[in-house]
Amino acid sequence: MFRNNYDNDSVTFSPQGRIFQVEYAAEAVKQGSVVVGIASKTHAVLVAIKRNAEELSSYQKKLFPIDEHVGIAIAGLTSDARVLSNFMKQQCLGHRLTYSRNMPIRSLVDMIGSKAQINTQHYGKRPYGVGLLVAGVDDSGPHLFEFQPSGMTEEMIAFAIGARSQMARTYLERNLDKFKTSTREELIEHGLRALKESLVQDRELTVENTSVGVVGYVKETKKTEPFQVFDGHEVQRYLELVADDKKEGGPQAATVEDESTAMDVDA
Amino acid sequence: MAMFSQNPLLNGPNYSFSEAPKFNAPEGARQHRFDPYTDNGGSTLAIAGADFTIMAGDTRLTSGYSINSRFHPKVFKIGGTTSDQSDATLVLSVVGFAADGEALKERLDAICKMYRYRHGKPMSVKACAQRLSTILYQKRFFPYYAYAILGGLDEEGKGAVYSYDPVGSYEREQCRAGGAAASLIMPFLDNQVNFKNQFIPGSGEGHALQERERRPLTRQEVETLVKDAFDGAVERHIEVGDGLQMMIITKEGIEEVILPLKRD
Amino acid sequence: MDHRPQAWGRPRDDVYGAYDASYLNNSGPRTVTQSPVVTGTSVIAIKYKDGVVMAADNLASYGSLARFTDVKRLRTFLDTTVIGFGGDVSDMQFLDRHLKELATDESYEVEPTLDDEDDEESSSSKPGHLNAANLFKYLQKLMYQRRNSFDPLWNQILVAGLDSDSKPFLASVDLRGTSFTSPSLATGFGAALAQPIMRKYAGTEEDAAKLTREQAVEVVKECMKVLFYRDARSLDRYSIAVVNKDGIELKEDEQLEKQSWAFAERIKGYGTQTV
Repeated sequence: MFRNNYDNDSVTFSPQGRIFQVEYAAEAVKQGSVVVGIASKTHAVLVAIKRNAEELSSYQKKLFPIDEHVGIAIAGLTSDARVLSNFMKQQCLGHRLTYSRNMPIRSLVDMIGSKAQINTQHYGKRPYGVGLLVAGVDDSGPHLFEFQPSGMTEEMIAFAIGARSQMARTYLERNLDKFKTSTREELIEHGLRALKESLVQDRELTVENTSVGVVGYVKETKKTEPFQVFDGHEVQRYLELVADDKKEGGPQAATVEDESTAMDVDA
Repeated sequence: MAMFSQNPLLNGPNYSFSEAPKFNAPEGARQHRFDPYTDNGGSTLAIAGADFTIMAGDTRLTSGYSINSRFHPKVFKIGGTTSDQSDATLVLSVVGFAADGEALKERLDAICKMYRYRHGKPMSVKACAQRLSTILYQKRFFPYYAYAILGGLDEEGKGAVYSYDPVGSYEREQCRAGGAAASLIMPFLDNQVNFKNQFIPGSGEGHALQERERRPLTRQEVETLVKDAFDGAVERHIEVGDGLQMMIITKEGIEEVILPLKRD
Repeated sequence: MDHRPQAWGRPRDDVYGAYDASYLNNSGPRTVTQSPVVTGTSVIAIKYKDGVVMAADNLASYGSLARFTDVKRLRTFLDTTVIGFGGDVSDMQFLDRHLKELATDESYEVEPTLDDEDDEESSSSKPGHLNAANLFKYLQKLMYQRRNSFDPLWNQILVAGLDSDSKPFLASVDLRGTSFTSPSLATGFGAALAQPIMRKYAGTEEDAAKLTREQAVEVVKECMKVLFYRDARSLDRYSIAVVNKDGIELKEDEQLEKQSWAFAERIKGYGTQTV
């Protein structure tokens, strides 16, 4: 082995001050197919590319509802994500039972942050091999959070994680100032356009491989538009929003950040 | 045990707020002990039709001779995806000790929500009925002091009513009344829903008498029956009154109706 | 002389007899509050057009002894919610400490929201903060959990403020976790003496929504007077709070005004007696 002696567990620092196991876990996130999230003043959306391991298999789910006001998009090990999503579901139910309100998204994200951090500081434990985008609405409005296996969490205006996500992030950065005032449909459109940027050259967004998730806040009624995932034929009308342009995706698509070989290890 | 039957207490007034059991130690020494239960009065009623179920309850909440609230619902939609229960398919009514009733409702609701999350479809009445029995029996030695009735539509789309005692015995029925005025309403239902003691006039004497033919009631008939039952209960039971809450479950969804009752 | 630390500060056995250490014994069943000791009497509250008025007198009784005469039984939470306590005073103080802790935690939860130009939100519905309805739900769970462990907090509590739709909110929970709401509420003697008066003015939510603040305050003051006339465990000094979207106005040392004891002369024996 060419690497080193400091990557056998997550409790040992390397002389350079790195914890390799945690960094490897972050790599697992990059193996997953790309997911994009954007928040406006009224909505938070998640969009994702689904992958199928082989022609014969079904597509791996990327978006999961947590509670009526939160949903997550995952990149990395699906089974690890399931553990986290069940935990988040329980927390939201419990919070609603004790306070009869939507659990504040920040509190929720902080909890999985702390949970994941424990795995990076105890011998014999393994960090979660999954990154999340958490989109939700609480009393203070729509939110988007990023979660990483290291336990790092951060609120975002827009973000993308997963394979080739740098392309999507570049798109998001270019359009950053538009998101805040975007409508629900515009937000989804931006999401899908960002997603398109990350596609490998000859692939396209189809009803089979695209998922869209939306959660919102209706100011007039002060009510939540519950988190809802659109799959299959339901995403058709959203795909039509971005069907026209060939120019947006084209030019930069060749510069690839990491394993574009897409080992199909997803999702 | 009187507490677990729907019958009035054998010794003592028939009001449910009759004094809590007294602990008489020898020599009159009496230890004051916390009694975790009270009865908050009120009554519930459920009737299953051919393709609908109606669940109803009054909205009065009492303790002793006091009216605590004139609007405290006893009938709840259960197991919707969201907290406003807009896509719920089941209805639960609880009567007895209000705090236990509420705790029971919230627990069943959480379980139905988890079921929906895991299986991607709402729980059937049959499954939910069995689960509710388990929940109640798990607290066999510190029971939820609540008479629950669960209503919905079964797999064939027929109206279904499941009634419970506080420790989880349950049974599917055509109709059931629960709570303070159960003993007033139930005989009325036996006669009007199941046509008990109704015979074809002039069909004979004694055993030769022929029973009136049974037929399922229409939604209109059942709604009238429910209103009549509660008007009667309000007249004769001081713990029943203020408002009548009705939930009508059909394949189209759940309709909620609130009507006034006497507030005296 | 016994110089072991265990004997420090203890009466001498040779003078006072063997020390009765039974109270130090922690074997045997754990004991909890079995009955209230120092108690507060009624709390009353009524909703009006855009808020709630609540009042309670400042007395804490020890049985029939008027033991403490300036105990504040209305407490506030995050400047948005008023909580009135009837029943055991030590349990009230425990709850108050607990709520202070909760309020501190909540205050740290303030989220630096991404958009800066915040819309003008009223103080009673700070986004992201527990409102009266949220806090009430929490208290109900707490009271119910304590009754489930046979260690009740011996109180009946009224919670007043605004709910998530910024509508007036008023609810009650007792030592068994039984909870309910109503346009007007009263604990203890108030349920018998004040509630009928308040229901004359706010029998339904619609009626309550027509009351002005001045009317509501007037009704509450009248009720406090009736309670002082007839409730032997009451006092003529009281606290009164008004909560609405602008926050809380709490006055903690009010004096009952315009009392008239003329009716007292007519009272002989138990009411029906005329001579």
